[in-house]
Amino acid sequence: MQTNFTEDQLADPATRRSNEILRSCVHCGFCTATCPTYKVLGDELDSPRGRIYLMKDMLENSKVPDEKTVKHIDRCLSCLSCMTTCPSGVHYMHLVDHAREYIEQNYKRRWDERALRWLLARILPYPGRFRVALLGAKLAKPFRKLLPDARLRAMLEMVPARLPAPSPSDHPQTIPAENDRVKRVALLTGCAQRALNTDINDATIRLLRRHGCEVVIAKGIGCCGALTHHMGKTRESHQMAAINVRALTAEIDAGGLDAVVINTSGCGTTVKDYGHMFRNDALAEDAGRVAALAKDITEVLSDLGLKDASHAEPLRVAYHAACSLQHGQQVRSAPKDLLKAAGFVVVEPRDSHICCGSAGTYNLLQPAISVELKARKVATLEAIRPQVICTGNIGCMMQIGSGTGIPVVHTVELLDWATGGPRPSSLGQVASAESPRAQLVSA
Amino acid sequence: MSTIAMPTPDEAIIARKSEIVAALAAALPAETIVSDPEETRAYECDALTAYRCPPLAVVLPRTTEEVATAMRICHGLRVPVIPRGAGTSLAGGALPTADSVVIGTMRLREFLEIDTANRYIRVQTGVTNLSVSAELESEGFFYAPDPSSQLACTIAGNIGMNSGGAHCLKYGVTANNLLGVRMVLATGEIVELGGPLLGASGLDILSLICGSEGQLAIVTEATLRIVPKPEGARPMLIGFDSAETAGECVARIIRSGVLPVAIEYMDDVCLRAVEAFSKAGYPDCPAVLIVEVEGSDQEIADQIERIRAVAAELHPIEFRCSRNADESQAIWKGRKSAFGAMGRLGDYLCLDGTVPVSKLPYALKRIGELSKKAGLEVANVFHAGDGNMHPLILFNANRPGDLERAEALGNDILRLCVDLGGCLSGEHGVGVEKRDLMPTQFAPDDMAIQMEIKGAFDRAWLLNPAKVFPLEASRPHREGAATCS
Ligand SMILES: Cc1cc2nc3c(=O)[nH]c(=O)nc-3n(C[C@H](O)[C@H](O)[C@H](O)COP(=O)(O)OP(=O)(O)OC[C@H]3O[C@@H](n4cnc5c(N)ncnc54)[C@H](O)[C@@H]3O)c2cc1C
Ligand code: SF4
Ligand code: SF4
Repeated sequence: MQTNFTEDQLADPATRRSNEILRSCVHCGFCTATCPTYKVLGDELDSPRGRIYLMKDMLENSKVPDEKTVKHIDRCLSCLSCMTTCPSGVHYMHLVDHAREYIEQNYKRRWDERALRWLLARILPYPGRFRVALLGAKLAKPFRKLLPDARLRAMLEMVPARLPAPSPSDHPQTIPAENDRVKRVALLTGCAQRALNTDINDATIRLLRRHGCEVVIAKGIGCCGALTHHMGKTRESHQMAAINVRALTAEIDAGGLDAVVINTSGCGTTVKDYGHMFRNDALAEDAGRVAALAKDITEVLSDLGLKDASHAEPLRVAYHAACSLQHGQQVRSAPKDLLKAAGFVVVEPRDSHICCGSAGTYNLLQPAISVELKARKVATLEAIRPQVICTGNIGCMMQIGSGTGIPVVHTVELLDWATGGPRPSSLGQVASAESPRAQLVSA
Repeated sequence: MSTIAMPTPDEAIIARKSEIVAALAAALPAETIVSDPEETRAYECDALTAYRCPPLAVVLPRTTEEVATAMRICHGLRVPVIPRGAGTSLAGGALPTADSVVIGTMRLREFLEIDTANRYIRVQTGVTNLSVSAELESEGFFYAPDPSSQLACTIAGNIGMNSGGAHCLKYGVTANNLLGVRMVLATGEIVELGGPLLGASGLDILSLICGSEGQLAIVTEATLRIVPKPEGARPMLIGFDSAETAGECVARIIRSGVLPVAIEYMDDVCLRAVEAFSKAGYPDCPAVLIVEVEGSDQEIADQIERIRAVAAELHPIEFRCSRNADESQAIWKGRKSAFGAMGRLGDYLCLDGTVPVSKLPYALKRIGELSKKAGLEVANVFHAGDGNMHPLILFNANRPGDLERAEALGNDILRLCVDLGGCLSGEHGVGVEKRDLMPTQFAPDDMAIQMEIKGAFDRAWLLNPAKVFPLEASRPHREGAATCS
């Protein structure tokens, strides 16, 4: 597509990158077909092609962002389905990241919107604060109907009934491999995930150790920066990312690392992009190294090969592909292949490329679209009558879990179980072989 | 500036924008109207981005009745209307003018009826082409016309452009698969034409609608012929050392009497871009044909052998059949993404002329010569089986003067097609892109009759008025009509 940036504008590296991206878009419209918000709203302005146009106009004319442009960009889930679809290789992610940063710097949101974003940015990335907030929210949950603001109601709706105690496996430490060590890996323990669900990291560590990995929880490691990054809060997100780059670089220098393992695919997409994030920074080289080592847990396990996976019941598992995994990282078959190798019957819902509406803080900031996407996702999942739903991202687990009675677990919990770990506690009795649902499925 | 002109917008209409928007807003739900200048910009073009102009407003109705309401209001206020589907037209069919209202049918997305016994499906026209086949999948049926843009383009646009695709060699284009429509006339009146059962009494008006480029009516529902899925299908890849030899092979396959379901052509420039996206493992040579056959295993094997024998006479560099479903899917995914993937190489102008299949080798040679003379690279990817060529002229949209050179080369190539006995447009339609070349194919009388037909449907000449006919020719109609009652 033709663009109209001045030489001056192009001197700015971020604008130069956006120009490159815009130039590669041929406006063919293919991406509209797989965009969740376009499917729901049916207005091209809520499609990738429309948003690309809005961003082009805003950036080319160095405009003060207007309310309408901001509305449509805010509605973008950053699910990156459009990147999977685009034949021309348009890097929508880098473009929308730039636009979000530009909006954050040049647009004044309404006070309530600002307050909400401020709050989220100051709580979610910090497990300690988030845990306190969750406890408070749990107390407030019964009164949520009284709240006038749909976004605040959405927040309280999401608060899980059961909150786990902090897990000891989150502390900085080195956990030895069972038997002979084949790899030394660092595990990103996540931020919000740590407060919401400790089973995932516990299962991941057992799984890695069983497969010959020494697992390092690096000192100082924290939020990957994705949550604030998606809000356009570049300074905050870069600060957090820089802490991780330094912490992991120290581990690389000390004992060497074969991989940086991530079990929250939303974070994985961001960590894999650290190289780009810091490309004009003194940290560029280290960030590039960390990014190159970043791997989703299922990528690492595919590499290692599953060991003696005969311990689980052969449940019918619906695999929900998290957008950050299937689109952001283009990891598609590894989780399904592993689950099959572990003896599960793996089924996939219709429209598996479409987002469940969780998308980081999206379910909190855009509740209406998010709820619609959740309903659609749950309907397609329930239609294939699984005994359990599994996915590789805590956000999707919470989102889908809040819409269905079928248990939702993380892929690692099933793989851990199959290779000798405990049966995931959240499976409860529902999925056991004697249950009526199981009979229904086997009938 | 580009060489394709659009009529001077009517300042009087532009001045009445708030009145027009208010009239629409009074009769339609708020979320159906887009009128903020920041927002209308996203509707300023379709997939032909060389020509752009934001409309006055955009209306996105959810029902036929809402379409009718919007149309009636525009008609009453004498505002030109541009029908829009998914906006994937490569001819500028959905290009607005500054004094027009775009009525988009993309929100009309219901599947209304499936009848496999009588072999039809009834849909609202905002559904995408591919989703129709997806809806029929479990029934073992599909909708045959398959434009490469089928993931995104809508049945509305397919009807507007009478679109074709790779598999139309066997199954025919949209016109051969359209049984009936429900549509809104320029006055806002809703009418129905045809239906699921074949009937031949009276004038075949349905055939006029298909391919009318949004100039006769806004189509909101369609009844489409559906076909049972073949037992099996298998594409093969045949690589040649020159474009002409590949072109010759197409002519010989057709002459031999085998009728593959598809014969597609891609040259090396295009193959490189497409391989990067689809990873289908295409042969690395100057020209490749994708030939697909279908039927039972035995029928497939027989046809492959016959095609292999025809190709062998021309000494292909490579002859390879797809080994499994995944490979077939990758081969087609690559082919269907070709135009999009070409964006990796830069800007391009996509042409759409036809030539008799026997003239393909000569046409490819001449295009090569014209390209050299103009100093602009031309890539070729097209539906070879029916001689529907899509030369893609590569240029740099950010370099002043490049577009004009590309347009001039495009015109030379299209004239070549007509000289060889072909047409200006195989399937993308005339739109604005080929509008000014119409006189090379049609005599003034031919065009006069076509314009009279338009006038019969749309007396006020409000539907997509600046398309298809050269502006000079359509001016009296456009200007006279605005005052008619
Ligand atoms: C990458 C790419 C590949 C393509 N490959 C092919 C191909 O293989 N074969 C092919 O034939 N075309 C192809 N096309 C062109 C284009 O996709 C087709 O013309 C398609 O049918 C347009 O559909 P649309 O829904 O996008 O319609 P639009 O582009 O929105 O509109 C197309 C025309 O139809 C009219 N129209 C739209 N909606 C209505 C309505 N409801 N009632 C009446 N008129 C209406 C418009 O005014 C316009 O004139 C390709 C395009 C791209 C970008
Ligand atoms: S698919 Fe890619 S090239 Fe086509 S419009 Fe979308 S982003 Fe642009
Ligand atoms: S990231 Fe997702 S929601 Fe955003 S434009 Fe792309 S497909 Fe649509």
